[in-house]
Amino acid sequence: MSVFAFYLFSISAILGGFFTVTARQPVHSVLWLILAFLSSAGLFVLLGAEFVAMLLVIVYVGAVAVLFLFVVMMLDVDFAELKAEMAKYMPLALLIGLIILMQFVMAFGAWEANEAAETMRTQVMPVDKHNTQALGLILYDQYFLLFQLAGLILLVAMIGAIVLTLRHRQDVKRQNVLAQMYRDPAKAMELRDVKPGQGL
Amino acid sequence: MAEFFTTTGTGIALLILGQILLIVVPLLVALAFLMYADRKIWAAVQMRRGPNVVGFYGLLQSFADFGKYILKEIVVPAGADRAVFFLAPMISLVMALVAWAVIPFNDGWVLSDINVAILFVFAVSSLEVYGVIMGGWASNSKYPFLGSLRSAAQMISYEVSLGLIIIGVIISTGSMNFSGIVNAQDGNLGLLNWYWLPHFPMMILFFISALAETNRPPFDLPEAESELVAGYQVEYSSTPFLLFMIGELVAVVLMCALISLLFLGGWLSPIPGLPDGIFWMIAKIGLVFFFFSMIKAITPRYRYDQLMRLGWKVFLPFSLVWVVFVAFAAKFDWFWGAFARWSTGS
Repeated sequence: MSVFAFYLFSISAILGGFFTVTARQPVHSVLWLILAFLSSAGLFVLLGAEFVAMLLVIVYVGAVAVLFLFVVMMLDVDFAELKAEMAKYMPLALLIGLIILMQFVMAFGAWEANEAAETMRTQVMPVDKHNTQALGLILYDQYFLLFQLAGLILLVAMIGAIVLTLRHRQDVKRQNVLAQMYRDPAKAMELRDVKPGQGL
Repeated sequence: MAEFFTTTGTGIALLILGQILLIVVPLLVALAFLMYADRKIWAAVQMRRGPNVVGFYGLLQSFADFGKYILKEIVVPAGADRAVFFLAPMISLVMALVAWAVIPFNDGWVLSDINVAILFVFAVSSLEVYGVIMGGWASNSKYPFLGSLRSAAQMISYEVSLGLIIIGVIISTGSMNFSGIVNAQDGNLGLLNWYWLPHFPMMILFFISALAETNRPPFDLPEAESELVAGYQVEYSSTPFLLFMIGELVAVVLMCALISLLFLGGWLSPIPGLPDGIFWMIAKIGLVFFFFSMIKAITPRYRYDQLMRLGWKVFLPFSLVWVVFVAFAAKFDWFWGAFARWSTGS
């Protein structure tokens, strides 16, 4: 049963990746990408890493891919033109791909795992704990400082993005919400007796 | 006979199929009457009669509507992306139904008892937004597109605070399984043991965020009739429209079930001494749904900027601070251990 599920998920992941690249319509491309994400989440579940699988769906499918979709839907890009331009650089791209592939082959050919690492790899799942608990213990006990550092790096990236895009323009009208909420009829309105034939 | 269903592959598949039908069919039938109840409550608040023609007191109104929807012609707008156009309502409905797989109705009455059940519900409900975006985009028309953008932004914004509120409950329980969460609320004091008491502000926030997440009034901006015709559903007719509508309502009932499981003790009886059972769960879902429809009847619609400000500048900081507070309260056993059921309970 799980073998069947494994092949189902791997085939749909590969197909999703393939159509992401080849789809003509960019929105379809993103939708295929989402299929690839979902299938890899399924593969994680089969590995017994259900927490990682759920995070993959929540973060990548539920947030990142939605933003992709937003951007792609609103852009009016002529992809046929872009593709034609891409064909010019095809030989170079193929060359780079080939070099990276060769490097991977060479690296993994000469790869020799440490014995301690090997035993840890054969026993990925701790027996007595839940997946989530085990992950939490490792992240927050063993690698606490590294985890905090990763968070700090993300914070720096976020602040950088905000600083780059934040512009205080003086020439536009803005809403002051507090001022709006503190208005009351006594201050906002004035009743005047206007005499006939005269303005204010 | 029992061995056939627990040992052989076909038997297990048949058993699971039966369980799925056992959840989905009563859910969909209940949905028809919930929709009728929704309209009746709405009408009662506005001193109207509401549906009262089909069946006794209009009880069969939803079924008549159902027949009408499926007998109409399906109109596909010119230039629409047909595949995505028809995929969108299906995603909307299927994602709303899939989440019910991990919702327990009684102690042990659950289709799939997984450890990360609450994350599963959260993941699936974050997928629901695709039905909306795809529907709006594939219609190849301005109004649905704008409506879907609004709706997607709204759903994503309120998911953030929903997630943080759920984290507070998870910290209090030490479990992401719904049965674990409900059993942690068990105690000698009946309804005073439930999480609504220590997590009271979060229950209110969860309720309001659930309204926004499911596009219910007063946050029904995606289908604001006065400005957007009907949002992302403008170009949909007949059965696809029906699928969208059922999907939305199933999501609403799911939120009601979540509130009853997380804060109102699920199937536990409110008075000590009375037996626990599925009827309490159903009664609690019904109670929360009543509040959903009352809110629909008595509140005016939010403006879009007000909605976003409420989500990002009020709910998000408040729920974030609450998570930190709950973490401290659970760790140091403040308030007689009300926030740390994992050390005392199951």
